[in-house]
Amino acid sequence: MFAYILKRLFMMIPVMVGITLISFIVINLAPGSPTDLQTELNPKMTPEIVEKLKKHYELDKPIHIRYLKWLKNIALLDFGRSFSPDGRKVIEKIGERIPITLTINLLSIILIIVISVPFGIFISVKKGSISEMLLSFISFIFYSIPSFWFALILITIFGVYLGILPISGLRSLNYSNLSLWGKFLDLIKHLTLPVIVASIGSVAGFSRYMASNFDDVLRQEYITLARIKGLPENLVLRRHALKNALLPVITILGLSIPGLIGGSVIVESIFSIPGMGELFYKSVMSRDYPVIMGMLVISSFLTLLGNLVADICYAIADPRIRLK
Amino acid sequence: MKRNSFLKDVFRRFFIKKVSLVSLIILVLLILASFLAPLIAPYEPDLINVDEILLPPSLKHPFGTDALGRDVFTRVLYGGRISLLVGFIAEGIAILIGIVIGSISGYFGGRIDNFLMRFVDIMLCFPVFFLILSIVAYVDPTIWNIMLILGLTGWMPVARLVRAEFLSLKEREFVLYEKVIGVDNLSIIFKHMLPNALNPVIVSAAFGIAGAILLETSLSFLGLGVQPPTPSWGNILTSGKDMLGVAWWVSFFPGIFILISVLCYNLVGEGLKDALNPKIYE
Repeated sequence: MFAYILKRLFMMIPVMVGITLISFIVINLAPGSPTDLQTELNPKMTPEIVEKLKKHYELDKPIHIRYLKWLKNIALLDFGRSFSPDGRKVIEKIGERIPITLTINLLSIILIIVISVPFGIFISVKKGSISEMLLSFISFIFYSIPSFWFALILITIFGVYLGILPISGLRSLNYSNLSLWGKFLDLIKHLTLPVIVASIGSVAGFSRYMASNFDDVLRQEYITLARIKGLPENLVLRRHALKNALLPVITILGLSIPGLIGGSVIVESIFSIPGMGELFYKSVMSRDYPVIMGMLVISSFLTLLGNLVADICYAIADPRIRLK
Repeated sequence: MKRNSFLKDVFRRFFIKKVSLVSLIILVLLILASFLAPLIAPYEPDLINVDEILLPPSLKHPFGTDALGRDVFTRVLYGGRISLLVGFIAEGIAILIGIVIGSISGYFGGRIDNFLMRFVDIMLCFPVFFLILSIVAYVDPTIWNIMLILGLTGWMPVARLVRAEFLSLKEREFVLYEKVIGVDNLSIIFKHMLPNALNPVIVSAAFGIAGAILLETSLSFLGLGVQPPTPSWGNILTSGKDMLGVAWWVSFFPGIFILISVLCYNLVGEGLKDALNPKIYE
């Protein structure tokens, strides 16, 4: 097991270098110097920002030297300082927002599993029945729904007309006066709509994936054996099929992390939640380049880390992987 | 039991076929309506009328009017041009890049394959929406730039599909014979192997267009897409989002149009998958 983890960690190094390289290319996208492009095309640029930009990128030096220097800074977690008036360190600004976004993502993943595992099994077992086709069609609608529009509908219904759920931020105004239990409930209420919006698009995909896994498992010989042995169908599905069909879901959940982090831009800006997505959106709107760059690198490292965790979980759950 | 599940299967396939056919017809109508908007639309898209501000849907204004008294139905028709065109072209670019990289990777194998697939892995590590927004922060949000950005960030799944097809085609006899008689690599790849590898690409194109439409409308919604006064589904929706309690129709109708077009593309993709994949008929 230890050897497997070590091998996976080792394999991550070239990918991490690749991520920084592509991020660096994104900064240096345009011909000429990046500051020229930004100043000529962007009416929002002020002279101070141009100066800061030039200093930040050290444009007098050749490109490979700049890249190596930038890489060295990143290795020390130094992403520079934000261009916004507070001028704080980029790593601090991003760091304080990571837990919020990861919490929402984690809750979304739980919600996705809770809905799509039973639904996937339902699709697989009842394939072709009217109820399955109807539910599949409905799940297709949710798969196709634009998340921001869905969020606005939920806000109108639950926030404006029914007035039972808060529609922005993470805390009520009277948060500090609430009891511990009250604080918890308050947080849950604020997270309900964002988590639903963040997960809704993935449910259909996961259910179908789960269904096709379940189909595959049901064709295996040990399932036939269990049936021949005379086990009741219910027991065959629950005891023998479910566990094996759940395995590949771990990997898929790992792969869904970039989508969830990317989606946080929409969810967090609609519900004014101070997470990574909201910070990223603000930084793009105010052209806060150090924050944009830092966010691009950190979010893809998080994705890589998520994949690693998923792979390790898979290896723990399925010994065959470790031995390969 | 066997017979029963066979009947169910036939029923299911028939149902899917009908649904995807209807979806295709709706899509064609939507595309026609938005590109013939000047002929169909009852008003001018930018006609401001201060006497008719925020009117609810009626016979005169089927989708109501917005805060400047513009007809929402007209604007939604014109807005469709942007979203539908961007989705189509962006996915076209993604497929072109994906085919080139995937076929080279699968055909030549070895080091080239290793290098290109690591590149795909790295690209897939970036949260796509973050990558798109970072590039948007540096360039002007014109319709062409947005198509290009969506294409450049969306080709990876296509490349993987094409590569997988090429890996299995490479072992087939017709490819071996062509190599033996000295047909050049480019002809083998593009004239002989590619046509045999296209089925999964066509299926993924339908789903890809749906995804690209969602991304474009998300960008417009955030104010980073095609800029107003040019109407796009995303920016019409945004213009109504602060008046949901007073004038729900401004945001509701563009949203419904996005949903319908994305849903139809996905359902067409589903139908194509069924029609082009002989494996499920076994």
